[in-house]
Amino acid sequence: MKTSTVKLAGIDVEVFEAGSGNALLWLHGANGFDPAHPFVKPFAERRRLIVPSHPGFGKSGLPLWLDRPDDIAVIYLELLDRLGLARTAIVGCSLGGWIAAEMASLAPERFTKIVLVGPGGVKVGPSDKLDIPDIWAMPQEDVNKLLFHDPQRMATDPAKFSDEQLSILLRNRETTALLTWEPWMHNPKLKHRLHRVTAPTLFVRGASDGLMTASYVEAYAKLVPGARVATIAASGHAPHIETPAAFAAAVFPFLDAPGSAR
Amino acid sequence: MKAWHFSENAYPYLPPADTYSSIRVSLPNRIYDPAKGADLYHRYLDEWLIAEDEGVEIMLNEHHQTATCVDPAAPLVLAILAKLSKKARLLILGNPISNRRQPVRIAEEMAMVDVISKGRLEAGFVRGVPYEILPANSNPVRMNERHWEALDLIVKAWTTHDGPFSWEGRFFHQRAVNIWPRPWQQPHPPIWISTTSPSGAAAVGQRGYVQATFLTGFEGTRQVFDGYRRGWQKGGHKGPVPIDRLAYAALVYTAPTEKEAHAGAEKLLWYVTSNKVPPHIANPPGYVPVAANLAMMRGAEHPLSGFKRNATVQGAIDSGLMMAGTPDQVFQQIKKVYDYVGGFGHLLIMGQAGYLEHDDTVLGIKTFAREVYPRLKEAYPDNTPSWSPAPAVGAAKFVGVGAGP
Repeated sequence: MKTSTVKLAGIDVEVFEAGSGNALLWLHGANGFDPAHPFVKPFAERRRLIVPSHPGFGKSGLPLWLDRPDDIAVIYLELLDRLGLARTAIVGCSLGGWIAAEMASLAPERFTKIVLVGPGGVKVGPSDKLDIPDIWAMPQEDVNKLLFHDPQRMATDPAKFSDEQLSILLRNRETTALLTWEPWMHNPKLKHRLHRVTAPTLFVRGASDGLMTASYVEAYAKLVPGARVATIAASGHAPHIETPAAFAAAVFPFLDAPGSAR
Repeated sequence: MKAWHFSENAYPYLPPADTYSSIRVSLPNRIYDPAKGADLYHRYLDEWLIAEDEGVEIMLNEHHQTATCVDPAAPLVLAILAKLSKKARLLILGNPISNRRQPVRIAEEMAMVDVISKGRLEAGFVRGVPYEILPANSNPVRMNERHWEALDLIVKAWTTHDGPFSWEGRFFHQRAVNIWPRPWQQPHPPIWISTTSPSGAAAVGQRGYVQATFLTGFEGTRQVFDGYRRGWQKGGHKGPVPIDRLAYAALVYTAPTEKEAHAGAEKLLWYVTSNKVPPHIANPPGYVPVAANLAMMRGAEHPLSGFKRNATVQGAIDSGLMMAGTPDQVFQQIKKVYDYVGGFGHLLIMGQAGYLEHDDTVLGIKTFAREVYPRLKEAYPDNTPSWSPAPAVGAAKFVGVGAGP
């Protein structure tokens, strides 16, 4: 287990690595990455788990020119070059799922398997209704109800965080706003690029996810050739954190199965 | 010293506050009666013109999706006043340039008003309070960067007279800027910026624009003006900052007797007490720096928030947020703030709020203009140097991090 800093496009990007074997690039969601997250252990036991902190998250830098998830997608293709990974499996959660989808549409040949967990990134519904609820226009208690199946158990109390942890959390929120503000949580171009994806793709959705509805995820999956949707019972927007065992049980068979790009 | 009459065009006819969660952004506009609203617009315009007749200058501002200030397009009201008024300076404070997408359009609007008013425009620019973010769908991150780039583009549009120029900046892109009309005042109308933070004020001081700060009280105002003075020096400006670079906005109500004055002042408190806004609207992510958010999560709060819980006229006077009383009392209260903060050359008078009716508003304007203003002009000529007061003992822990109104 190690964390190093990789210079990509002039940005110092913090990269966590653990485990060995086939590489798995993991792209975290809006809350950022913490090595203590419960998915780390099971995935590092079976893969070479690589988790960069997105620019503006954790301790990664954030240049003034960067302001959209596809900017990060291009930077991470450079990360794959740097790591010598011609092809890799990728898991992207929420905002990280959006970045992963951008990467897969830009460079489909780089991916063997794609897992998108409650991803943002496309707009499929009517123009007078948000596809994804505006988490900045409601109290945090209401956001927690959308995020978690069991908010009572899952919601964290910021008062217990150290100043450093809290500063990172606040910075992560700020960068999320920067990246997703307008158009809200999507790139209008992305859905016209997803047909290029060639790797087997699994969408994963917590059954109680209040942000990405079942119909949103299904419509999103239809844009990716051959993609299917797995639903995790009694879980919310982050099933890899709320129900890590059920998440692993749904994802490993997909990752382990033979077969790759069409 | 110059005094400015400022009214927010409030729409006070609201249901009880416990029936809604926010007076801003989300309050349904079915509550707004256009007939009552029309009367209010006409009344507030009349009050500005009465202020002008009394020798007081005119100031207005802009907010969106709120009952506290039904002036979502301040340049429109400014244009009306440019025609109806005759001699007053016209201060718009200001144009929310971090939230408006077309700085060149703002340069055009301001140039028009400057020409129609024959050179009476004072062009103010604000970052905009956090509640403006959602109505504008504006990204709360990098507002300062957008603010300064937009202002640079506006100044260039005002001062370029030999045909089109192009602009390819970080946030704004234009291929051929060549505004008609150009401003009346040369090289351009005076520029004002509002900020309530010392670091923001330093950036304004460096450029030498007029600095306004709103309801920051004794300590906050002193720190903002000190920030300005630091920036002024850094910017290479010669000599001390003249007081006409510094403006303070306070609630002001003057009447012949203390009793009348305090009754009027009580109604002015609406401006502070009516501002019911939930935290997620009041503090969008990235609006204030991480360190300020951290301080708030650890219990720091804006001085106004504490005040709001127990708002009284006397408390407001003691905090330097309000001047209210007889002419002599008001003069002494202004002097006290003036002496504490190191001087200021503009008093921005929030002279109407909520249910302060027309007659009472006019009484406040006239009593101030006739009994207080002449003394201020005599005591504090515009070219008086400001000064840096000795640091206060037990300075406030939390310095303002927001913007003006």
